Amino acid sequence: MRLRPERTVWRLARPYLGRLLGAGLLAAGTELAGLALLATATWLLVSAAGRPPLDTLTVAIVVVRALAISRGVLRYTERLAGHDAALRVVTEVRARVFAALAARRTTAARRSGDLLSRLVSDVEAVQDLLLRVLVPGAAATLVGLLAVAGASAVTPLAGLALAGGLLLAGVALPVLAALLTRRTADRVAPLRGALAADAVDLTTGAADLAAFGATESALAGADARARELAALERRTAALGWAVDGLGVLVAGATSAAVLTVALRTGVSGILVGVLAVGTLAAVEAALALVGAARHWTRLRTGLTRVADLLASDLSGSNPSASTPSAADPSASDSSAADPSASDSSAADPSASDSSAADSSAADFLAADPGTPTDGPASTPGAEPGDGSPAGGIAPRWHCRIEEVSLRYRRSGPPALDGVSLDLPAGRRIAVVGPSGAGKSSLLAVLTGMVRPDRGRVVYDNVDLSDLPVDQLPRIVGGLLAEAHVFHATARENLLLGRAGANDDDLAGAAGAAGLLDWVRQQPAGWDTMAGEEGGQLSGGQRQRLLLARVLLAEPAGILVLDEPTEGLDPGAADAVLASATAHAGPDRTVVLVTHRLAGLDRYDEVVVLDQGRIADRGSHAELVGRPGWYRDQWLRQTGAERDYLAITG
Amino acid sequence: MLGVTAAVLVIAQATTLATVLAEAAGGHLDRAALAGFLGSVAGRAALLWAQGTVAARAAATAKATLRADLLDAVGRRGPGWLSGQRTGQLATLAGRGLDALDAYFTGYLPQLVLSVTVPLAVLVRLFFADWSSALVIAVTLPLVPIFGALLGWQAQAATERQWRRLALLGGHFLDMLRGLPTLHLFGRASAQVTVVRRMADRHRQATMKTLRIAFLSALVLELVATLSVALVAVPVGLRLLGGGLALETALLVLLLTPEAFLPLRAAGSQFHASQEGLTALDEALTLLEPEPPAPTAAPPTASTAAPPTASTAARPTARTAVALVDRECDLQPWSGRHDEIRFESVTVEYPRTTALRDVTLTIRPGERIAVVGPSGAGKSTLLHLLLGFVTPSSGRITVDGTDLAALDLARWRRQLAWVPQRAHLFGTSVADNIRLGAPNAPLAAVREAVRAADLTEVVADLPDGLDTRLGERGHGLSSGQRQRIALARAFLRGAPIVLLDEPTARLDAGSEAAVLAATRRLVAGRTALLVAHRPTLLAEADRVLRVEDGRVTEQQSAAVEITTPPREVVG
Repeated sequence: MRLRPERTVWRLARPYLGRLLGAGLLAAGTELAGLALLATATWLLVSAAGRPPLDTLTVAIVVVRALAISRGVLRYTERLAGHDAALRVVTEVRARVFAALAARRTTAARRSGDLLSRLVSDVEAVQDLLLRVLVPGAAATLVGLLAVAGASAVTPLAGLALAGGLLLAGVALPVLAALLTRRTADRVAPLRGALAADAVDLTTGAADLAAFGATESALAGADARARELAALERRTAALGWAVDGLGVLVAGATSAAVLTVALRTGVSGILVGVLAVGTLAAVEAALALVGAARHWTRLRTGLTRVADLLASDLSGSNPSASTPSAADPSASDSSAADPSASDSSAADPSASDSSAADSSAADFLAADPGTPTDGPASTPGAEPGDGSPAGGIAPRWHCRIEEVSLRYRRSGPPALDGVSLDLPAGRRIAVVGPSGAGKSSLLAVLTGMVRPDRGRVVYDNVDLSDLPVDQLPRIVGGLLAEAHVFHATARENLLLGRAGANDDDLAGAAGAAGLLDWVRQQPAGWDTMAGEEGGQLSGGQRQRLLLARVLLAEPAGILVLDEPTEGLDPGAADAVLASATAHAGPDRTVVLVTHRLAGLDRYDEVVVLDQGRIADRGSHAELVGRPGWYRDQWLRQTGAERDYLAITG
Repeated sequence: MLGVTAAVLVIAQATTLATVLAEAAGGHLDRAALAGFLGSVAGRAALLWAQGTVAARAAATAKATLRADLLDAVGRRGPGWLSGQRTGQLATLAGRGLDALDAYFTGYLPQLVLSVTVPLAVLVRLFFADWSSALVIAVTLPLVPIFGALLGWQAQAATERQWRRLALLGGHFLDMLRGLPTLHLFGRASAQVTVVRRMADRHRQATMKTLRIAFLSALVLELVATLSVALVAVPVGLRLLGGGLALETALLVLLLTPEAFLPLRAAGSQFHASQEGLTALDEALTLLEPEPPAPTAAPPTASTAAPPTASTAARPTARTAVALVDRECDLQPWSGRHDEIRFESVTVEYPRTTALRDVTLTIRPGERIAVVGPSGAGKSTLLHLLLGFVTPSSGRITVDGTDLAALDLARWRRQLAWVPQRAHLFGTSVADNIRLGAPNAPLAAVREAVRAADLTEVVADLPDGLDTRLGERGHGLSSGQRQRIALARAFLRGAPIVLLDEPTARLDAGSEAAVLAATRRLVAGRTALLVAHRPTLLAEADRVLRVEDGRVTEQQSAAVEITTPPREVVG
């Protein structure tokens, strides 16, 4: 079995090794205290039966009482220390995972929401690995070794018998449990997956099924799978629980064996009892490894995924993968050494610390280096372009797209096929065409989100791939199809566009995007929460928020807009598009992707894409004047819209 | 039974071990007692195995039953019962949520039994052996549940739930991951690493704050248990010293004392582990609670002899296809000769809103009616009424004079083909998706439907053609293509009445044209109700109904002339 994922976790856990070790020792101490309590008490009783003078027993009496108290206290501190250490490691893993994904500008966009959710729970698996496998496993091993050493000190043969029992309980049974767990999981997992799919089909697709009279057969199918799963679970239950039963048996048998051996070798009667009782406790402690092995087996899939993700990051481009402060674990460790200090330094002055969960939810973007109150001077992580968006970057950029081709899958059709475009500064270009024509792909290439297979994108004679990673966002930016609204306030979502913006800037951008009225109506104003994935906003508000953020960002060279008016009614769409274009100013190039053709007469050029190629191009007037896709669409849209307004208005 | 056996075995094991140890102290090996000890250990092992197996089997059965009940409830109550939230909850619950019940069945329940029988049995045994020690235990034992209740297992469960929520928030790690493309675009991705780390760290501090309190109750319980062992052992030792007690009895007391506390504490910790399962169980039972008056279709007045209406859409497999009210003249699918559908003062009230108010209208056979109006006005409700997803709060809908509520719903729906705004695609092959409403349709018919829905090229581009399995929720197809699959479904259904709910919503102009052309072919020669949000569909309508604020008004002539001549329509 390859242990690569565990090694990855180990490497990340190294800065916290001291804490983990402490937790492990505390855990071992807890077990030992329990073992010693029983052993000492036995010794006390058996000795007392020999009626020695009282003072020979006083030490034992004190020890018994002390052990009784220390066991509970040890357990408490162990659990706290273990959780603290594990959470610190998880913090590290989270930062590393994020950094690894952040370093891959081009592929990060291609992950689906489900994959990301899974990634989050995979990271949680690291915590389980430490808390439920590593710490208890190490503690059980240590206790076992010490117990064998102790027994051997009395008589080597008893030590041998104990070692045999411990090997059974702590090695053989856990291996068996792990194998069984894996085998069951291999067989159960596909069925569970199918059942989950059934559940989605039967609920999300309930209306479709009912309307087409297919509910009964779908129910029957799901029921059959549920039964199959239950049958499989029933079959595997007996085997799995046999391991637990064997554990009890091994503990008793080992104890009996140690007792017999000790008696045979003529150990004093007092110690025989101690050995027997101690053996029972030691083997029972070792049985904790069975549970740990089961957990480990279940966690491995997730851990492997995390390790795969981090593998390239850790081995290769470590320095470039993250910012200096992120790459240096000691930085966070030193602050973490004093929780109160890091707490106060990390807390945003404006955030109330009354409810931990909510405040951590609310201020994640405001806690960013570039809070408005901070001013541009104190922003180590993000000084480029904070105060003035175009700071230091030439205002006029000439961009050329040269013979760009792109395929997402090798066998699939090309998303872009030899597209060339010249974009001198200040030009207004609209890209239209049927869905799947390559419009969004063109924007992805232009913004460097996707690297083309052939051809190149050139900004002022510099190849896009040669531009420093932190400079590109200041040159080109805008609204892409996968734009995300963060679970934060409206202000924080907007500040993402320009960290140093003040309320006037916000109002300006929001006004141009048509969001300002909504903000003013909200009781919380700019501090209104957007909800998870912008769930608290209507579709139109969400779109306007995204647009406002883009307008605030003011990339120096090119502003790209992918369907900026989606979800807005025709009247609002016209107004918003006009004001957004005007907001861009005369020096900035605008590339607009849209399915709605109204308002394109104000654009310098309209490019019609079809199957990744430029099918037609020209001004709006030219394109409407000659037959083709554009004219068909234009006539259909204008005519239909007029009729629609006439009928519904 | 199980609890009693377990208690007997615990006592037997302790008694025999005490005897063995007492004898061993004198240097003798009591073989009989040792065999007894091993026997009781073997008994405990077997019991644990049996108990675990039985519990796991019970869990499997219970989960399967609950799953079946949940999914059945969906099927029985129909889509009208499913709201958005309920859908997600049900899907999660019936999928993986119920698996959390395992911990409850195999951990908590058996432990609960043991925590009653074992301590009682131990106390009884000790009273016979040494009543003073039994007294100490009898006094300290109740402290476990008392402290447990005092410190609150419930409260601890709550804090652990809180803890889970904190973990879920996880500093909004997921939110950040989802927003990565956006962060990239604004050049904030690397800067945000620091924020992710800081948030994760703050999350840790908040978590530790809750844990410090949450673990406290466990500490107290453990102290009670271990201190009472010490409390028993020391005086027993002293009495041994005074010669007032046999060693065997003393050892028995020592070995049995922890056994009295163990099940109680184990039950406490299992309680937390099983919380998730209990929550799932609770949710399931709440969902399964009978709904307040759900006016269902009238009981099928069985006249099994009634000849099935000769319909190409007839599905011989439908189990529920019980013959309905015996009416022969209605619902002649292809002829379009079925009579009118009438809405008579229909009002639909939802818990918070009134979707439709006093709607009266007539749909004549072969009519194609467009429904327009602002979103949320009640357009879809009109279709859902006809589909039987919702029933009128007052008024009635009649088909050829018969109340829709009196018709067998499954039979009536066979006259309908529905193209929803967002058709659900199932994780089966393309062909099976199209066959949804006609599972026995021959392949040739499926191909015909594919052609009619303008899908031929799309299907040809798929790796396995019609046999291509669609991924999660139709992943791999564009919205336009998915919509055309839904149209193909409707074609294959071959029903005389088609209900289209904004089939071109969310489509770009290119896809819209393809869907529109297919829609034209579909509605030709059929009765059709078209909900139209986008203007392009209006051209297909003979009449236009305007729905606003739950009221339906007729628009004057909808002979809308589209500026471009419509493409050649194949009827």
